[in-house]
Amino acid sequence: MSSDTAFAAARGARGLAPFLRSQMRNIAPFLTLIFLSAFFAFASPSFATLDNLGNILTQVSVTGVIAVGLTFVILCAEIDLSIASIANVTGIAVAYFTLQESYVNIANIPLPGAVAIVLSILLCAALGLVNALGLTVIGIPSFIMTLAMMQIAAGISALLVRGQIAYKVPGLITTLGSGSIGGIPWIVIVAALMLLGGHLVLTYTRFGRYVYMVGGNREAAEYAGLNVKLILGSVMVISAVCSGIGGMLGVAHFGSAQQNEFDTYLLDSIAAVVVGGTSLFGGRGGIGNTIVGLFVLGVLNNGLDHVNIDSFLKILIRGLILLAALIINVYAQRLREEAAE
Amino acid sequence: MREVRPPILELQGITKSFGGVEALRGVDFALSAGEIHGLVGENGAGKSTLMKIIAGVHSEFSGRFLVDGQETHFRSARDAHAAGIAMVHQELSVAPDLTVAENVFLGNQPTNALGLVQWRRMAREAGEQLSRFGIDVDPMTRLGDLPIGLQQLIEIARVLFSGARIVILDEPTSALSPPEVERLFATLRRLREQGTAIVFISHFIEDILRVSDTVTVFRNGRKVAETASSATSKGALIEAMIGRGGEALEHSYSDDLMLPEPSASPVVLKVDQLSLARSLKDISFEARAGEVLGVYGFMGCGQQELSRILFGKLKPDSGTLLVGGTPKIFASTAAARRAGVALVPESRRDMLFHQEPVYKNISISILDRISALLLRPAQEREIARRQVEQLQIRPPVVGLDLGMLSGGNQQKVALAKWLTYPPKLLVLCEPTRGMDVGAKNDVINIVRDLRARGLAILVLSTEPETVLSLADRILVLKRGAVVREFRNEPVSKDRLLEAA
Ligand SMILES: Nc1ncnc2c1ncn2[C@@H]1O[C@H](COP(=O)(O)OP(=O)(O)OP(=O)(O)O)[C@@H](O)[C@H]1O
Ligand SMILES: [Mg+2]
Repeated sequence: MSSDTAFAAARGARGLAPFLRSQMRNIAPFLTLIFLSAFFAFASPSFATLDNLGNILTQVSVTGVIAVGLTFVILCAEIDLSIASIANVTGIAVAYFTLQESYVNIANIPLPGAVAIVLSILLCAALGLVNALGLTVIGIPSFIMTLAMMQIAAGISALLVRGQIAYKVPGLITTLGSGSIGGIPWIVIVAALMLLGGHLVLTYTRFGRYVYMVGGNREAAEYAGLNVKLILGSVMVISAVCSGIGGMLGVAHFGSAQQNEFDTYLLDSIAAVVVGGTSLFGGRGGIGNTIVGLFVLGVLNNGLDHVNIDSFLKILIRGLILLAALIINVYAQRLREEAAE
Repeated sequence: MREVRPPILELQGITKSFGGVEALRGVDFALSAGEIHGLVGENGAGKSTLMKIIAGVHSEFSGRFLVDGQETHFRSARDAHAAGIAMVHQELSVAPDLTVAENVFLGNQPTNALGLVQWRRMAREAGEQLSRFGIDVDPMTRLGDLPIGLQQLIEIARVLFSGARIVILDEPTSALSPPEVERLFATLRRLREQGTAIVFISHFIEDILRVSDTVTVFRNGRKVAETASSATSKGALIEAMIGRGGEALEHSYSDDLMLPEPSASPVVLKVDQLSLARSLKDISFEARAGEVLGVYGFMGCGQQELSRILFGKLKPDSGTLLVGGTPKIFASTAAARRAGVALVPESRRDMLFHQEPVYKNISISILDRISALLLRPAQEREIARRQVEQLQIRPPVVGLDLGMLSGGNQQKVALAKWLTYPPKLLVLCEPTRGMDVGAKNDVINIVRDLRARGLAILVLSTEPETVLSLADRILVLKRGAVVREFRNEPVSKDRLLEAA
């Protein structure tokens, strides 16, 4: 104990620069966030208000729910490109199993709300399981496997709604997606709880440790006798289920379920995780980083609406900021390795 | 006596600390052309750190640094390279996904006028260079598919033939078997004649004495002795290294050693007719509780594959393992671990988490025994602290990132992780590689202690000394087959080498 603290003290006293360098991945996103917030607060009087903070929180909630699972995947140095499609198909499924108004022209199967929710979750879990099996048993790289799953899930969505739009979802989902309690939207609360849950799992459980270790050095994890395939499979299922939950809430939030509704969420979720500083090479980062990333993204999207610029230019600006964050991500990794030299 | 030439490299009063921990304190070091300079010292003494400063890897330090009498400061390894300094690092630093030829030419591939890589020329020249060094491989194979020892040889060859005038070899022989070591030494002598200055770090004191002209001894970040090799002895060097008499610490194993009567305790592992492609042929043997079975052979004799099969990392083409009664082939390392098998592989890079603290590296294999669901970091640290103390890992700080430990201390961590809840069968590949004399002795004692506790232990090594110092019974592997078993009979280094 004493030697540990002595060492930490010594490090604090003499090696601040290397310490900061090794912490670059956590510091940089935070500075970005502060910078962006300050910029928009300066540029627009309507930005830095409590109301607008509420807006930002609501706007990032669905992304936040999806990003919880994605954080697990990226920590393992894998990727999941099917998150948005799975969100979409799960949202559509829960509507498909709900009684719609008579003018909705979908051959759906109305079931009790609880059953509809359970079935939808089973659906996304099953799709995640297919990802997991493809990755671990057959050995398809996750990038390719989930690319295929992106199409498969989009295909199922298309078959379910056939170009139509459904509006109704079970009451519980409606409440969680679009209701609020004491002025706080339920969707923000759900997102916060899921982020908290993800953080607790990653930080305090054995499984969470394994996720970091598998991401840090997969070979070493195998030599330690860990069941690497089981861990990789689990994170793929976790990712799909988080996406599914995000999809159901999103459908309730938007008030409709239709094809291609979640397309922008793929990029947003990946961006949130990576901008937050979780390493694309695995093993570094966490939900804390994802939260910062979500805020960076939320502030950026929301702030751009408050200032007067060409809306087509906004897309480009988002892209450039994402690129900058990626560059920082890769550099942070390198700086860390150098600090460890 | 060799003529005295002015030093081409001179370091004065070098001090280097890592976040408050002093790795080097006021070290002077000089190197002349046409000299082989041996470097010895305990694990963590600062040998690698000094060499990394010379090779431009560490650019922050205090002290004077002169090349050809000119004060110089390298900002990167590239600068050092431009000044004609090349280094083989203690940790293998090859690119496993590139071909052998690409690795040989890493960074300066031959290109044509258009800037395209001339593959055929590169393959041919790489092949020539390697065969000059006695390595016979297809230059277009993927490097990572070759055994560790061969990868190391290829890396050494790359550096030796890079045309550098100062060559630093940080424990280059740790993965080599005697014939390769001989070839390496012959090449070093040839380079010396051509005027290359060579630094050679090793824990094999005899090798150091045999090949080097001058020996420098490090202890605790300081240079404690520098003498001509001809004017010193193994005992004197060990004493300087550890600061006390150490003659008893290391045997030479040149005399016959009597192996004990085979034990009659229960069979823990029964290997039955194991075969794997071209690596293993019909291997059968038994290992018993409370017995250390040595498996000796040259590099590439199939040891590595055998150890991987025992731990479920590799599947054999045919044959079975019997661990605790039922015949099986492990489907995964997790299954092997559950059955009570543990493996310490020879390569630290593969088996440790360099960006994680020491205690997580130690606890990883036993987390499920510490807790079912929630982590207990305090307990993990406590367990790690006991191991760090028992194995005398330096610095004794369990919260330090593993990558900050010296090579030998990392190896100790690799061993430590299996010692808390000992398995039934412990498979050790090159357990003392990279360790100093004192640490080797500690490992010998630990293995004996584990044997007394009834473990079956398999020690696989290409170093005769390692096998001889530990084993009760010895199998000799040659080209994937067991060619000789020593039991209840006299054995020596020469007898082993002869059989292999
Ligand atoms: N990147 C680093 N960060 C912090 N400490 C380090 C770092 N590299 C080395 N050290 C420390 O510096 C000291 C000297 O290490 P060095 O690697 O030079 O030892 P060595 O003599 O090469 O030992 P070995 O025989 O085990 O390879 C050790 O205490 C080690 O823990
Ligand atoms: Mg070293």
